[in-house]
Amino acid sequence: MIEREQVLHVARLARLRLSEAEVEKMAGELSGILEHVDRIGELDLEEVEPTSHVVALENVLRADEPRPSWPRDVVLEQAPDPAEGAFRVPSPQAE
Amino acid sequence: MSSELLELTVAQAVARIAAGEVSRREYAEAWRERAAGDDLNAYLLRTEDGAGEGEGPLGGIPVAVKDIFCTEGVETTAASRILAGYRPPYTATAVRSLREAGAGVLGKTNMDEFAMGSSNENSAFGPVMNPWDRERVPGGSSGGSAAAVGGGLAPCAIGTDTGGSIRQPAALCGIVGLKPTYGAVSRYGMIAFASSLDQCGPLTRDVADAALLLEALQGHDPCDSTSVGIEGGAGGPGREDLKGLRFAVPAELGGDSIEPGVREVFDATLKRIEGLGGEVATAPLPHAEHGISAYYVIAPAEASSNLARYDGVRYGLRAERAGDLLEMYESTRAEGFGDEVKRRIMLGTYALSSGYYEAYYGRAQRVRTKIAADYAAAFEQFDFVVTPTSPSVAFRLGEKTDDPLAMYMSDFFTVPISLAGLPAISIPAGLAEPEGGGPRLPVGFQIAAPAFAERRLLDAAHALEGEIGFDAKPGGDGDG
Repeated sequence: MIEREQVLHVARLARLRLSEAEVEKMAGELSGILEHVDRIGELDLEEVEPTSHVVALENVLRADEPRPSWPRDVVLEQAPDPAEGAFRVPSPQAE
Repeated sequence: MSSELLELTVAQAVARIAAGEVSRREYAEAWRERAAGDDLNAYLLRTEDGAGEGEGPLGGIPVAVKDIFCTEGVETTAASRILAGYRPPYTATAVRSLREAGAGVLGKTNMDEFAMGSSNENSAFGPVMNPWDRERVPGGSSGGSAAAVGGGLAPCAIGTDTGGSIRQPAALCGIVGLKPTYGAVSRYGMIAFASSLDQCGPLTRDVADAALLLEALQGHDPCDSTSVGIEGGAGGPGREDLKGLRFAVPAELGGDSIEPGVREVFDATLKRIEGLGGEVATAPLPHAEHGISAYYVIAPAEASSNLARYDGVRYGLRAERAGDLLEMYESTRAEGFGDEVKRRIMLGTYALSSGYYEAYYGRAQRVRTKIAADYAAAFEQFDFVVTPTSPSVAFRLGEKTDDPLAMYMSDFFTVPISLAGLPAISIPAGLAEPEGGGPRLPVGFQIAAPAFAERRLLDAAHALEGEIGFDAKPGGDGDG
């Protein structure tokens, strides 16, 4: 069972603000899903290597050649609040 | 004239355009007109370059492109509010490859937000309707692409498949959907959901068209270090029989979870395989049933990391609400993401959080190894593994929205193959009555093959498709 406090903790880690109703619903839904997922707890996986990727590739490197990056103005065009050639964000200090 | 043009397969249209019998402008115009009449909410937007440019194997073909592929200067949202209005500064390699083959982009298709869903009901821009029954879902997450092709609003489309998002909607809309081997097609410019699983592939009317699109899409791309392409290419399917080929049916294929109508079509298709000279036998795949559990840890874990980039700083939505930086992040993500995306971010963050990492993520990765090993063992004795694509035909809009786990189960047969990184195709195998009654709906037959055996897979699917002779159309009572 996922408790309300755990939901709030995980939401903080994920930078998600959840409404009171969402917290309640999320606790129930995550519990239901994890109950199903917990079935893999019954498998003997002691000697099994984890798979993070299926393609047998390792350390694929490209040639270290300088090339132009995106022009600053093209990138900033999509920004919600560009200022002085940069991304402007609210102050990290709480007021 | 124009309605006759819309009946052509892509291969037929390319041949007629190349022979000068049809002008590409005329062909593209016919499709543009047809797409403009979209009454399924399949398109999020339509573009003007449908005819494409230059000669090539897809010369003059307009392709419907899932809105998860970045298109330079053309709004790309992945059906999320958080990306509303976003115009990428570059184009995805898959779309560039289609253009280089002479194709154009007909429009951007609707989808489940960030490709998370099996019904297309998670789009921020409204659900897509199934062309066979407007009260039913087209499947997801590439639901717009599947409905566009199945509903005759596009000659072909591309989509993405992380756990079944090409194959399941293709099955529910009565068309062909191919998920290539992980690494066959570049993921560059494809908005990331779960990077170790995401793969681009075609949704088409028949197997020959799927091969034609795959040939253009596949290949190594220096911008995606995991892309290797298919050695020797996709080829063009030519086989008419299945002599000497061995098809495995998973011994654990559950009887209870499959709709009776789907089971009937599946069994009839196995008979057709035998009729074509193929052998059918059961093979043990004991870990496939744990696919859903492993997938719904691994995919959300990767998603929670990939979606951390949507923070209201560099692009997309920023919440109006004033406050400090942390408050801006939290409000932006609260406003910008839909319910399912939030659910998966929460699930993934939880599975990766301190104290739970090994119990969930670590174990899921080990289950992934076991599932891949099951398939490897099966492929020592068999050429293919076959299952129904989806346990049911298209379900009703709203039927599973309140039960996430029931929705996840729609991917029961597609997810294990994704975890193993294998190629698989869904072809329409017939029609079946939905549980609870109603007009008959398409059933998909899924064939999985060893990694990078697309050529063999397409060959077998082509032979089987010819034997099935599926020619039913939405709105008709035709027999499949």
